[in-house]
Amino acid sequence: MPEAVALLTPVSIAGAAYIVAALLFIMSLAGLSRHDTAKAGVNYGIAGMAIALVATVWATFAGVWGSPQASVGFGLLVVAVLVGAAIGLWRARLVAMTGMPELIALLHSFVGLAAVLVGWNGALEETGMTGALLDIHHAEVFIGVFIGAVTFTGSIVAFLKLSARMSSAPLMLPGKNVLNLGALVAFVALTVWYVIDPALWLLVVVTTLALLLGWHLVASIGGGDMPVVISMLNSYSGWAAAAAGFLLNNDLLIVTGALVGSSGAYLSYIMCKAMNRSFISVIAGGFGIAAPASSGEVEGEVREILAEDAAELLRDASTVIITPGYGMAVAQAQYPVAELTSRLREHGVEVRFGIHPVAGRLPGHMNVLLAEAKVPYDIVEEMDEINDDFADTTVVLVIGANDTVNPAAAEDPGSPIAGMPVLRVWEASNVIVFKRSMSAGYAGVANPLFYRDNAQMLFGDAKQRVEDILRAI
Amino acid sequence: MSRIGIVTEQSPEARVAATPATVKQLTALGHEVVVEAGAGAGSAFLDEAYRDAGARVATAAEALTSDVVLKVNAPTGAEIAQLTPGSTLIGLLAPAFKPELLEALAARGVTALAMDAVPRISRAQSMDVLSSMANISGYRAVVEAAHEFGRFFTGQVTAAGKVPPAKVLVAGAGVAGLAAIGAASSLGAIVRATDPRPEVADQVKSIGGEYLKVEVEVEQSTDGYAKATSEAYDRRAADIYSEQARDVDIIITTALIPGRPAPKLITAADVASMKSGSVIVDMAAGQGGNVAGSVAGERIVTPNGVVILGYTDLASRLPTQASQLYGTNVVNLVKLLTPAKDGELVLDFDDIVQRSVTVTRDGQVTWPPPPVQVSAAPAAATSAPPAAAPEPKKPMSPVKRVVLVAIGIAALFAVNAIAPPPLPQHFTVLVLAIVVGFYVIGKVAHALHTPLMSVTNAISGIIVVGAMVQITSEVPAVQVLAAVAVLLASINIFGGFAVTRRMLSMFARGTAPAGAASTRVPSTPASATGTAAANVKTGAERA
Repeated sequence: MPEAVALLTPVSIAGAAYIVAALLFIMSLAGLSRHDTAKAGVNYGIAGMAIALVATVWATFAGVWGSPQASVGFGLLVVAVLVGAAIGLWRARLVAMTGMPELIALLHSFVGLAAVLVGWNGALEETGMTGALLDIHHAEVFIGVFIGAVTFTGSIVAFLKLSARMSSAPLMLPGKNVLNLGALVAFVALTVWYVIDPALWLLVVVTTLALLLGWHLVASIGGGDMPVVISMLNSYSGWAAAAAGFLLNNDLLIVTGALVGSSGAYLSYIMCKAMNRSFISVIAGGFGIAAPASSGEVEGEVREILAEDAAELLRDASTVIITPGYGMAVAQAQYPVAELTSRLREHGVEVRFGIHPVAGRLPGHMNVLLAEAKVPYDIVEEMDEINDDFADTTVVLVIGANDTVNPAAAEDPGSPIAGMPVLRVWEASNVIVFKRSMSAGYAGVANPLFYRDNAQMLFGDAKQRVEDILRAI
Repeated sequence: MSRIGIVTEQSPEARVAATPATVKQLTALGHEVVVEAGAGAGSAFLDEAYRDAGARVATAAEALTSDVVLKVNAPTGAEIAQLTPGSTLIGLLAPAFKPELLEALAARGVTALAMDAVPRISRAQSMDVLSSMANISGYRAVVEAAHEFGRFFTGQVTAAGKVPPAKVLVAGAGVAGLAAIGAASSLGAIVRATDPRPEVADQVKSIGGEYLKVEVEVEQSTDGYAKATSEAYDRRAADIYSEQARDVDIIITTALIPGRPAPKLITAADVASMKSGSVIVDMAAGQGGNVAGSVAGERIVTPNGVVILGYTDLASRLPTQASQLYGTNVVNLVKLLTPAKDGELVLDFDDIVQRSVTVTRDGQVTWPPPPVQVSAAPAAATSAPPAAAPEPKKPMSPVKRVVLVAIGIAALFAVNAIAPPPLPQHFTVLVLAIVVGFYVIGKVAHALHTPLMSVTNAISGIIVVGAMVQITSEVPAVQVLAAVAVLLASINIFGGFAVTRRMLSMFARGTAPAGAASTRVPSTPASATGTAAANVKTGAERA
């Protein structure tokens, strides 16, 4: 390239800055792998983002400075960034930790929409390309818009479902898999057509198609699968950015998009393993279809326990493990639970938390809620760390969890959730299950745990019941 | 609304069929409760307490003529004669052993419900009197043995010399046996237990006993009790009992087979081989006894100084506790019979539990009930059939996997080989970044998944770079769209990073050692130090 001769052009500086920024992003993700380095990780990320933005602004405006569109563009840029920053910081400050899944879903949708807009711009602007490059450019526009639009509506639906503005029950259209597959085939066909004849209406069609597909993909997934959906959308938003990178010949976008994309995919993979679902079927959006087959009726008697008796049991216990689920977040019970934890620890009771990977509506959601309620993170353990300790535990409190503590998964090979790794709470001497009613969990599978000899039910709102226990202690 | 009568039991029975606590529950079901004066005296429940609980204290005659009469033991002939025809009697009736009692009740026109005929299914556990009484008896058996035994149960080393711990053998690890094992081991004794069902070994171990296994095949009966067992087994078991009798200080036998005399476990020779001062509690004495020489209801001392207790009223010797549990069992049955909570007793013969407990109705003896298949009992059976169940998803075969990978690589190769200049570089970057991403994320702790997600969210706001490049376009529409994209992506960047920081600042270690204090957020030290004091132990372990 001829301009490579000139040293220190805005473009070459931006390129160098992009490499630094990409490295900082990698360090940022690496930093987040441990509690002690997590904060440094975020700072790396912020630094990387700042470098990338400054470099981009400079490289963009240095060449065209003084021209009218540059002034207008700069004005628009400053206003947009300021407004965006204000909204972003405002939401970040206000959001309740129980509302994190909704916020994250909404943020994903923004990336998706931005990717759609960038793709459209790519189509509207004259590129000066010819031949094969132009064809590739057209294909890139299509791919970018498609991924972005799927992410956009998918995230919007996830947001609506999570914030209960839309029923979280899966939408069951007849032939849903055919619809999804058909949409993909139509996309490929339209891409080919657009490469041959780049007409704007094709872009409109593909955008609409992708919007509908995104909507349908997530609408047909039930509320309990949300951890997988969210991490999947996270992944999609990364791929949308990567596609934009191809479109704009921007390596930083490609690197960052790929990082986010693969990290989201990896998270989805972990979630899938934790729910015993096939990764491929999740990526394809064809999951959540396992229509809750009611497994063999569980015969037995449920024993009820009163808060006072539960308090007594807890006070006399030597070790207690609390296994929270989404129900704890719904009932906003994390504060009384944290209070209960510290009170019991003052009594000399060893209290720990066992977190199932898919507890909550977001990967790691329970950890954040407990951290918010000031539960020290070193007593909050993962399933694999704590599963062997249940046998030596005096009391297990199951708060708002159901399928993640279902012994049928481990013991009944005919169960719909057979093989799903679960917290083996039933090995403890006593299990107290906080539950609003005797209804089945998200998966619609009856839970034999409730009928075990060592299990007792504490019916009612989890928050009120925990407060009752607190009063009785 | 039916009237429930609580009758004073015939001496020496000290239990009573309802306590003030259960009376309250009975009235909550819509029943009127009448208690004979002094009925609870043997169990330390005063008439006042019953009155406070909502019962009326009345004469024996009034209590006996109620619509529903609650008793502990079977009624005497005189009591039966006072019952109102058409009324309901609930008590321990031992229907298998007292056919003449059933005849008498049927002749009187009384509907009799036998608490000891509750089927052993999990749904009926809360009414299972046999279990709740056996639990008490097992505990009391140890107390009785300790009372007779001239030594400590626990071993001690004192200034006056060393005391060895007592050795206890418990025959039969059912409810009573387990209670005895638990009680004896918490007194500090060395406890051994035998039982024909090998699956109880874990339960024995869990409460501090050692399970002595008899190495012979056994069948599992369908009613949850151990079956009378084969000859080879009996021989081997007899050897074990002989060995143990010479060694242990205390033997507690609990072996019962429903509807049959108790098996003889300890022979006269075994008893003779025991040390002087040893104690045997034969909890099966009432059904013929597990021990040679035991007499129901008696304390016997053998010539070699071994005390054999054949008490049959062990549960009654802990009357307050026994009444409480018995009363609760009865309430649970009454609850089942009063589904509408309106004080009307309804007997549903389609319900397996209600059918089983009913031994006489409408002048007919309805015992024995049709057999009940137990779902809970065969622990071994549930683990057996899984082979037939749907197979777990097969992992992809290695061949298929290799083929798929090969296709992927070939496709990538083809694209890069054909594509014009800028594309191959981009693919290089893309592929490397994906690989780096997988390795970096693979190490992330589960607890940090949410912060990770919000950071990646912020980082994916990098799409802003794309929009910024386009904002200087000469096409106004492009400029506007780009500005919107910049705005959206900015929300992501600022919001994502800010919320991540906020989240991470909440994660606080409970017991951070002084050295780690620097990593703690300034806003949380109060809570961190507060909990630090609470549990130093885990901190030390983790450090």
